[in-house]
Amino acid sequence: MHQHEPNDWKKYVIVLFITATLFAIGIWTSSYFTNKKMTELKSIEDKISLDLMSSETQFSLLQELSCKDISNTVLSSELNSLAEKISYSEGNLGNDNSNVVSLKRYYSLLEIKDYLLMKKITERCGEKSIFVLYFYKNEKCDDCTKQGYVLTSLREKYPNLRVYSFDYNLDLSAIRAMTSIYKVPDDLPAIVINGKVHSGFQSIEDIEKTFPELEAMRKEEEAAAKKAATTKTKTSTPVGTTNN
Amino acid sequence: MEQVYSVIFYGFAFVSVYVQVFFLLTFFDKRRHISWSPKEIELKRYPTITIAVPCYNEEKTITKTMESLLALDYPKDKLTLIIVDDGSTDNTWELVKTFDNGSNVLAFRKENGGKHTAVNFALEKSTAEFFGCLDADSFVDNQAMKRIMRYFENDPRNMAVIPSVLSYNPKNMIQKAQKVEYDMGVYIKKMLGLIGGIQVTPGPLSTFRKKVFDDLGPYRKAHNTEDQEIALRMQEHGYKIDYCPDAYIYTNTPNSVVKLYRQRLRWIYGFIKNLVDYRHLLFRKKYGTVALFTLPTGMISIFGILFMFFTVIYNLLRVIYEKTIQINTIGFHNFFSLNYKFDWFFIDTRAMLFLSIILYILVITSVLLGRKMSTGKANFTVSIIYFIIIYSIVAPFWMLRAIFNSLISKESSWTFERRVTTSN
Repeated sequence: MHQHEPNDWKKYVIVLFITATLFAIGIWTSSYFTNKKMTELKSIEDKISLDLMSSETQFSLLQELSCKDISNTVLSSELNSLAEKISYSEGNLGNDNSNVVSLKRYYSLLEIKDYLLMKKITERCGEKSIFVLYFYKNEKCDDCTKQGYVLTSLREKYPNLRVYSFDYNLDLSAIRAMTSIYKVPDDLPAIVINGKVHSGFQSIEDIEKTFPELEAMRKEEEAAAKKAATTKTKTSTPVGTTNN
Repeated sequence: MEQVYSVIFYGFAFVSVYVQVFFLLTFFDKRRHISWSPKEIELKRYPTITIAVPCYNEEKTITKTMESLLALDYPKDKLTLIIVDDGSTDNTWELVKTFDNGSNVLAFRKENGGKHTAVNFALEKSTAEFFGCLDADSFVDNQAMKRIMRYFENDPRNMAVIPSVLSYNPKNMIQKAQKVEYDMGVYIKKMLGLIGGIQVTPGPLSTFRKKVFDDLGPYRKAHNTEDQEIALRMQEHGYKIDYCPDAYIYTNTPNSVVKLYRQRLRWIYGFIKNLVDYRHLLFRKKYGTVALFTLPTGMISIFGILFMFFTVIYNLLRVIYEKTIQINTIGFHNFFSLNYKFDWFFIDTRAMLFLSIILYILVITSVLLGRKMSTGKANFTVSIIYFIIIYSIVAPFWMLRAIFNSLISKESSWTFERRVTTSN
């Protein structure tokens, strides 16, 4: 038998070391970007919190001011984009990641504060809004996914619909307080619309049927928008004419 | 479940990066040993050589193959060509016999029995010191033989030398993707050659000292991959196999996915079956690099590719499932929504992404080094992208089938593959 070249054990070990280093670089780069994302989420939450405080302060002053003067601190779009980011991070880092859980708690508190404030503003200033509190869970709940699609779709259709979603299983006393106030059952998904609980999946048609005022509000809104547009055209026509 | 998946993913990624780093380190360590022959070389001595050309239904390419062999820059009285028609059913024999001159080109016809029988037929007729074999769908560069023989002259321990197999005139996307694979093969095989890790002596003009067959016996059927079996048998007995990167052989590559699939099914099936036959080599340090590196990583890479494939399929099905639920729930509302705003936040920054990037960089480096070694130029071309995409999609299918066939021992025949190749 001929002889093989002697095995270069040193090389196997050096390669192992280099590979481990490359792995460490990959993992470190990933954690660097993940931390940046978490910091971004935290700063968004801080900004929303500041905005909310400002609104609350304004509201406290409302007694002395007219409804016109309250600046429109509508947070829903910011809250929605934050929600998307948190849910994306949940998907990537896992539901039980401590950073994600803490951001989610903060987010839920912000939602509750926004809900309470907006409800007060609506009552005080006579604005028309419908509030939806949506309770879901992450695991083993296909209907929750479906309910999520329905609510997203409805929110886009009816801008006056304000949806606040809460993870039923999130360890947060404020959420537990809400579920006990509204007597939310653990048969999820469950939605609370203007104080009334509906458990199990509700389709777009179900919700529209239960709340015909949604459609009425949308029509009013459209009419108002049309009127505003016509007025604008009327007022702008002379300007256009003079320009010509 | 998620954690099990991550552990498996990182395991495969680690092995894949390890393999590439191993080659790269070998390259930096041994690059001085990668010798380049001047344009025309002279050998101190010109030993006798027999080149066997087994053919089965090769009427389209045999003439060109023979012409390239006749044009080899090697003393004619030292070179014998033995063409063995393995019972072709087309016009091959008519073409082959026109080359027979009764002296240094001999043509024979025998009943169909598979490639190994055709090569062994030529081996029995051969009395030369060296024995080479050339598939009838390949063409040799006229300097190839001298360059191969130089390796035997320079190192008496070399018992077989394999040349650079390059893709001949790639026309379509499938062939261009294969060209990239062959380019990468030049680099990988040279590295394996330098550390004694070659596990296949491919059909296109691998050349042996006749002593190899005298000592170890002729070719075996070996699940229709006799070129893998003989290499493993040589490694088992410590016979050195080297690689000559500047001896060029051009081979016709399959021009469709189906033909590629059949060819690779045979290769991978053969690899698995030969691996089973030679399992006693695995992880035994006395058998060197083949046992510790080539065979284990080859085996792991098959499962790695399958794992990645199933991951992609799983994710695809999940997206389809979610979209179906969405459509069922709210119709096509927002389905084709275009109001998507770019936000860096939604770029995947998991470690898997960065590790995949590292791996792809290493793979592309291998291709470029292979190109540099075979042609002197390390160009990045779009075909590298074809290679990555096509192989990621198609390779799992032949690997899956090869594993399945190995389990039920269903052979993919060489003649069947030939039939498919020539019938199209």
